[in-house]
Amino acid sequence: MPDVSLTVDGRKLTAPAGTLLIEACKSAGIEVPSFCYYPNLPLQGACRMCVVKVEKMPKLQTACTTVVTEGMIVATDSDEVRQARKAMVELLLGNHPLDCPVCDAGGECELQDMTFSYGAAESRFMEAKNHREEQQWSPVAYFDRPRCILCYRCVRVCGEAMDVWALGVQNRGVNSVIAPNQDDHLECEECGMCIDICPVGALTSGAYRYKTRPWEMNHVGTVCTHCGDGCKTTLGVRRCDTGMEIVRGDNRDKSGINNDFLCIKGRYAFDFAHNDERLTQPLIRKNGKLTPSTWEEAFGLIGKRFAEVRDKDGGSAIGVVGSNRTTNEENYLLSKFARVVLKTNNLDHHRTADYAAFAAALHGKPGKTASMREVFNAPAMLLIGNDPTNQHPLLAWQIRNNVRLHRSRLYVINSAPIKLRRQTAGFGLVPTGAEARAIAFLAGDDSLLDSLVSDITNRDAWSALRDKIRAEQNLVIAFGSELRGADIQKLVNFASSLTAVKLICLSDYANSRGAADMGLYPDLLPGYQPASSADKFHHEWGGLPTEKGLSLPEMVDAAKAGKLKALYVVGSNPIGRLSIDPFVFSKSFVVVQDMFLTETATIADVVLPAANAYEKSGTCTNTCGDLQLVKKAGEVTGTKPDFEMIVRIADAMGFDVRKLVPFGGGTHADMGQTRGAQSGEADRHAVWLEAHNLEPKMTPFDPIAILDEIQRLVAGYDVSRINLLAGNDQHIEIAESGPSVLHKPELIVPANDDLFSSGTLGRYSHTLNSVMENKPAETDVAAD
Amino acid sequence: MASLVSHPDEVRVVSKRFGQGATNIDRYVDLDGYKAVQKALGMQPDEIINEVKSSGLRGRGGAGFSTGMKWSFVPKQSAKPKYVLCNGDESEPGTCKDRLIFEHDPHAVIEGVMIAAIAVGSHTGYIYIRGEYRYVSIIMQKAIQDAYARGFLGKNIFGSGYDLDIYWHGGAGAYEVGEESALMESLEGKRGIPRIRPPFPAIVGLWGGPTVINNAETLASVPHIMLGGSEWYAGIGTPKNGGTRLFCLAGNLNKPGVYELPMGYNLKKMIYEVGGGIPGGRKLKAVVPGGSSTPVLLPQEIDVPMDFDSLAKAGSMLGSGGVVVLDDSTCIVKFALRTIKFYQHESCGWCIPCREGTDWLKKTLTRFHAGAGLKKDIDNIYYLAENMLGKTFCPLGDAAAMPTMAFVKKFRKEFEDHLEGRPCPFEKVGAVEQLPVMA
Repeated sequence: MPDVSLTVDGRKLTAPAGTLLIEACKSAGIEVPSFCYYPNLPLQGACRMCVVKVEKMPKLQTACTTVVTEGMIVATDSDEVRQARKAMVELLLGNHPLDCPVCDAGGECELQDMTFSYGAAESRFMEAKNHREEQQWSPVAYFDRPRCILCYRCVRVCGEAMDVWALGVQNRGVNSVIAPNQDDHLECEECGMCIDICPVGALTSGAYRYKTRPWEMNHVGTVCTHCGDGCKTTLGVRRCDTGMEIVRGDNRDKSGINNDFLCIKGRYAFDFAHNDERLTQPLIRKNGKLTPSTWEEAFGLIGKRFAEVRDKDGGSAIGVVGSNRTTNEENYLLSKFARVVLKTNNLDHHRTADYAAFAAALHGKPGKTASMREVFNAPAMLLIGNDPTNQHPLLAWQIRNNVRLHRSRLYVINSAPIKLRRQTAGFGLVPTGAEARAIAFLAGDDSLLDSLVSDITNRDAWSALRDKIRAEQNLVIAFGSELRGADIQKLVNFASSLTAVKLICLSDYANSRGAADMGLYPDLLPGYQPASSADKFHHEWGGLPTEKGLSLPEMVDAAKAGKLKALYVVGSNPIGRLSIDPFVFSKSFVVVQDMFLTETATIADVVLPAANAYEKSGTCTNTCGDLQLVKKAGEVTGTKPDFEMIVRIADAMGFDVRKLVPFGGGTHADMGQTRGAQSGEADRHAVWLEAHNLEPKMTPFDPIAILDEIQRLVAGYDVSRINLLAGNDQHIEIAESGPSVLHKPELIVPANDDLFSSGTLGRYSHTLNSVMENKPAETDVAAD
Repeated sequence: MASLVSHPDEVRVVSKRFGQGATNIDRYVDLDGYKAVQKALGMQPDEIINEVKSSGLRGRGGAGFSTGMKWSFVPKQSAKPKYVLCNGDESEPGTCKDRLIFEHDPHAVIEGVMIAAIAVGSHTGYIYIRGEYRYVSIIMQKAIQDAYARGFLGKNIFGSGYDLDIYWHGGAGAYEVGEESALMESLEGKRGIPRIRPPFPAIVGLWGGPTVINNAETLASVPHIMLGGSEWYAGIGTPKNGGTRLFCLAGNLNKPGVYELPMGYNLKKMIYEVGGGIPGGRKLKAVVPGGSSTPVLLPQEIDVPMDFDSLAKAGSMLGSGGVVVLDDSTCIVKFALRTIKFYQHESCGWCIPCREGTDWLKKTLTRFHAGAGLKKDIDNIYYLAENMLGKTFCPLGDAAAMPTMAFVKKFRKEFEDHLEGRPCPFEKVGAVEQLPVMA
């Protein structure tokens, strides 16, 4: 549609036809205040704050419901308009408790801002304010009616945007009140979007309320460490007696791939970091008991034992297990450390998606993967397996709102009637494990049709679904761990037969993709280069073991046979998560780096207290392949990042760490790892250091030193460094990777986390636990 | 059933069958019932619309918009079904005319809906009845059943090949639902809250389909226009204000009741002749001319023809035809309080100015009337109302603001009298208690 031109406050503007006046003003830098208007939510016209004078209209018009028209003349700041807004604020404040000094929102409250801009100094009313007692709706949601201004943002974000519909309005007139639709409590996904979007302090979070004043926090933009979606989160941190405590998570600045979306885990489940059970001292097993010790003693012992095993039994007697939550830099370093220092290919991690097969299938096929941003704009989507509502909340949000706002078509093939079915243009219910058969059917194999038919999807429905999907000109396909190995190859073949398809391989943890990309495999180096033939790495890293290493189950077998003399576990809990018999490792020297005394840590000979992803810097790659910057926010005294620990162990083994981490030359940036990211403190500290000519130089503990090497050597990672450090997400091209290999399907073990669980880590989150405890027990409906 | 009144000046059109047992379908048919719709079936839709247009019929709900014009806005072609709605959510204080139509002549409403449906090409009609009018629903339910039994409704009505279904629906007791878009929300099973307009109902209405929504009296007038002709109907009233109107005379009158008078009938005459004047030799103090939301008129302002345009010129509105007469025993502050109590109770709460404004007006007026007012409160009351006027989401805020502003403007002296340390200078309260409002 052609642009229309209009005049606002004497300025000539042009805006695309159909633009709302409030948006046209906003893009021209003219502020029109509003409470109820919120981009991408249904229009309300309820708060009347955005009234403007439109010439030839008898009454003031709400800019949020008025569409720009050619020649429109608008005044946004006339006396009449200002008076209307002043009256509106006066009326709101009439029943507002004005408890700003103790209100969570005080200092970042839209009503305060509006009062500052338009409010009156005098008070007209004498009568008592309407009061209602505060209510607790869930472990994380509190509601204070007197503060509520009834903008209905919470109702809409819960309903339209989350498709949860847990909130509604009760009563009418001045007695109107936002209320849960389910008695007196919320039965919902506990995403906290309602709290986040509340312009005042009416909805407050159980995790944050009355903990701090907003201006006492520093804010650090980093990436959530729970599921694989990689939501940008802004953590509010403040000093505490053990370092820096994270007190809030949100993404109010709408930066990153998730706009303002966060699920319960991103918003509240950072609290594992300050769990009482957090380890803050290295532990060494002495006389059968894990005993607190010093870092020096621990590193000395590990260095000595690892070197002994390597030199006596060879690297193949050492196993290494990496993490799905450590940074790319740490994973790359671990991959390099295992091969170069420990001389072993016995390296694995908890695989939740078959990225090796994905890389193999897409080898040499560029432009075939979709970013998380693309999901929001895709004209059509096909979801095979997985339940994003539970396992990938951001993906579900993107899909749902793409359907709602852009009328995108969603097709779902699943073995369960998942919640996203409500948004579908076509749904195929398959028997458990038959996802691959459904793909073969889509690709044209009619012989499989009979085995796919169910009550929900009959023969005709399947044929119709196939026709619709094949007719799509521009499709994004996301698939879960139901598809592995050769099935992924078949899917890619089918996708290649369509016009334009991009794919997403769904994995379960924050850096599962990064762990795979960085080569935490027994047979693959970083960038899916087969360990046997990767000349580039042999040249760069020096002599590497070329024989295929042991996968995790094979390491267990080797340990059983007494051949695995040492096991190095970095940020993983294979015994707890993969049901491994702990006694298998009783003869191995086991070193575990973790935050907690997990099932794996309890059998270790040395346990090193690790920092988590919120307490370190680096990069991570989400399930779609979007590379993002991780920044240090919190800090717990007595812990170290895994990066530093790996380097210290190499050093203790007598290895020249300069060959492991090429520090000291090239880049002089600092990602905040060495001096903390709490901006106020860090800045003063930096000034002091510079004044005394003590400006820190690059250290071997600085992950950026190895980021240089990653960008140079790992295919797809050569993205703009400036963009990355500026906090922007960048999509990694997997097609440039090595040829990769196909693995046994049973090596993939899905995490099966839902909205309220998050692997081992989730067990230490007070919020997740309290929410789960408060959920009504699932009642089985008896078959009659 | 309300008792009927009469006066020689009455021109009985809509009320022609009142008291004649027309709730019985046979009796209704005897009294020329269902002839108009058969005539309409033989006409082109545009002919029907033009007939209604030239009759000068204007919306009897209060806004006074040309009915024929409204019908003509409905698109001829529509992918979604079109609907005709009868707004029988009569809730404006002082107004009780639709009730009489439903009680005495329900088939006329059905027939009006049918003609409107034929005119705009709709096959579904709804008659929405105020929640408090429970017994009216029973009458309407029976009338619809009888019409179906006769084959007047359903498939192939009167052998014309035209299918038409009509349903009745009861409200749940909200004044706000008398607003057309809120009524549609209510009919769809949602909270009775008005919608953003545009789009207007004629384009996007009930369930997203093009919708005609008219007041019950408007629709009940339509069959008479079809039979009597637009020229005859237009000739009854004043120019641009065709036909008759049911006026509900209430308050301090000797003969209160619902009278059908030609549009443009003089208000003064209406009070002193039709309504029988003021009882007990008391003097007239004020008149609310068109339901409680219309600005009050002083005795010197009542020599005015009762039509939409003349009353607008006089600074008030014809509204829904509820004339409330107040004698000199009435405390205007209390009357203002009673009025605002109603709107405070009925505000849906959707937008800030109406929700908060009506509540603070009520609180301030309550205190003021009880004798604890301050001089600045008088200005504050006016200020509150002034800042609600035109700023609210729907006209309910205006309905509360307009009379309040008029009370303060025209009776400021009486407000000031309340400041003299007395709770209220009127010992006995007159018309306030007689104002026919619920709640």
